[in-house]
Amino acid sequence: MSSAREKSPRRPGRWRAAGLVIVLAVAVAAALAPALPLADPNRTQPSRRLAPPLAPGYPLGSDHLGRDLLSRVIWGARVSLVVGVVATLLAMLAGTAVGLVTGFYGGVTDNLVMRGIDLIMAFPYILLAMLLVAALGPGLVNAMIAVAVVNVSFYARGVRGAVLLLREQEFVEAARAVGSTEGRILRRHILPGIVGPILVFVSMNIGVMITESAGLSFIGLGAQPPTADWGTMLADGRQFITVAAHVAAIPGLAIFLLVLGCNLVGDGLRDALDPRLR
Amino acid sequence: MRRYLAHRLISALFVVVGVSFVVFLALHLAPGDPAQILLGPMATPTELTVLRGQLGLDRPMLVQYGRWATRAAQGDLGRSIMLRRPVLPEVVRRFQATLVLAGGALLLAFPLGVLLGVLSAARPGSRLDRLSQVVAMVGISMPAFWVGLLLIIGFSVRLGWLPGTGMYAPVGDGGLRDLIAHLILPAVTLSLVPLAIVSRLTRSNMLDVIAQDYVRTARAKGCSEGRVIGWHAFRNTLVSLVTVLGLEVGYLLAGAVYVETVFSWPGIGFMMVNAILTRDFPLVQGGVLLIAATYVVINLATDLLYAVVDPRVRHV
Repeated sequence: MSSAREKSPRRPGRWRAAGLVIVLAVAVAAALAPALPLADPNRTQPSRRLAPPLAPGYPLGSDHLGRDLLSRVIWGARVSLVVGVVATLLAMLAGTAVGLVTGFYGGVTDNLVMRGIDLIMAFPYILLAMLLVAALGPGLVNAMIAVAVVNVSFYARGVRGAVLLLREQEFVEAARAVGSTEGRILRRHILPGIVGPILVFVSMNIGVMITESAGLSFIGLGAQPPTADWGTMLADGRQFITVAAHVAAIPGLAIFLLVLGCNLVGDGLRDALDPRLR
Repeated sequence: MRRYLAHRLISALFVVVGVSFVVFLALHLAPGDPAQILLGPMATPTELTVLRGQLGLDRPMLVQYGRWATRAAQGDLGRSIMLRRPVLPEVVRRFQATLVLAGGALLLAFPLGVLLGVLSAARPGSRLDRLSQVVAMVGISMPAFWVGLLLIIGFSVRLGWLPGTGMYAPVGDGGLRDLIAHLILPAVTLSLVPLAIVSRLTRSNMLDVIAQDYVRTARAKGCSEGRVIGWHAFRNTLVSLVTVLGLEVGYLLAGAVYVETVFSWPGIGFMMVNAILTRDFPLVQGGVLLIAATYVVINLATDLLYAVVDPRVRHV
């Protein structure tokens, strides 16, 4: 069965390392942003507007208000990373809780919750995120909540499936036979078994979350000006592509690199933790 | 088969009703009073109460939903607050433009993705295989709104070969040539993610099938490699491709919103973004309902097609 796959050309180590380097570099730059010798990301200088990359004092050039693009890209990394990580954590925690309870206890609750999740999954997820932003009002926090809520159902389904398999295993039966409480079985026997699948899912999901929140900001439903956010920077730069293409190209490149890094790490993690999914 | 069909139709109907309830509820719970929006900040409390009564906003929520859903089922989705026109013709017109865009993207992504996947799987580890995996990884990681801008910068601004924006209606004065010229860049942009996904899935499905005994048998009896790959192996990956096709159409319809915004394409996603920003809720409701209902129908069609292709499914 796996003979064809063994010929697969993957060199997971090298790709995973490249991804890890990208993600770490972005994370370190974002964390150190206040300490780095950067210009104020919101300081405008109309006389130096749309400066090209490598212009004196502007390593990556400046935007339409003369703000330093390098500084804004690095400060923007903080927004993108925080939004991506927090949204993923929210979705993971809520989804895992729902999946654990429904999968372990089953019954009417399970049936009702799963029908609700089917309903949520009947929407294309970008559409659902837009609907939520419409209800909550445009803004960075609301966009983050919307992206998280949309993804809860994916985690819930995945975790529930894993729990259903584990529940029938002999070691769970044994734990029950020696008199373990349900809570203890959940904590000590089921939870450790689903950590692997959850980690794989998180690593595959975080890039999508970052793209989605940047996308919502790009169409004006996420972060609002003057926040230095990659999505809003791209939207701002869009108006000047005929005269200064770099203003839009650079924040987009930043999103691409970070998401690529996350996806490479995710792929590597998946291969390491769950060979069946390869 | 008939029982399966009936079962699927009824559950799809339930999903559509559920979807309409979610759409109604989401915007019902949104902050902001429609009566206040319509009358403006100078309205007196009496005027507001009267208008709320006229609009039925003082009735219980389920009654309001019932009235809204009954009208929606009859094709009356209300009037847009900003455009001051009925919602239905507007969303249908915009949806046509989105369908043209999604159709163009699908025509690019599907055949190319399948071809790339089959060729990669035929020779795992070859240069083409490695290249296609890199393309897939890059394609999935590039945000569509950025790719769109890069294409506009390259092909419209620098080279001047293709128009970057300026699409007004799918059926206009310019004719087919004009439509295609406007369609190329947005369709290429929108096709990247589905292309990557289709090629990856085709590759992994093909590798699974190629490892099966009957493929070995086909080889053993002396079939040419082309016939083994193209006839014995490929036909058996078609079943899973049907599912992917259904999923990708859903992605294309809703995911088009970024591409439409970049290229100012007059589609339903672009319309909804503006409607959300101006808090034009009837238009948002109409747009979401139309796309979600289409998605349900596509999923239903996928399931039925699946049952046609794979008889085992009918008995589930």
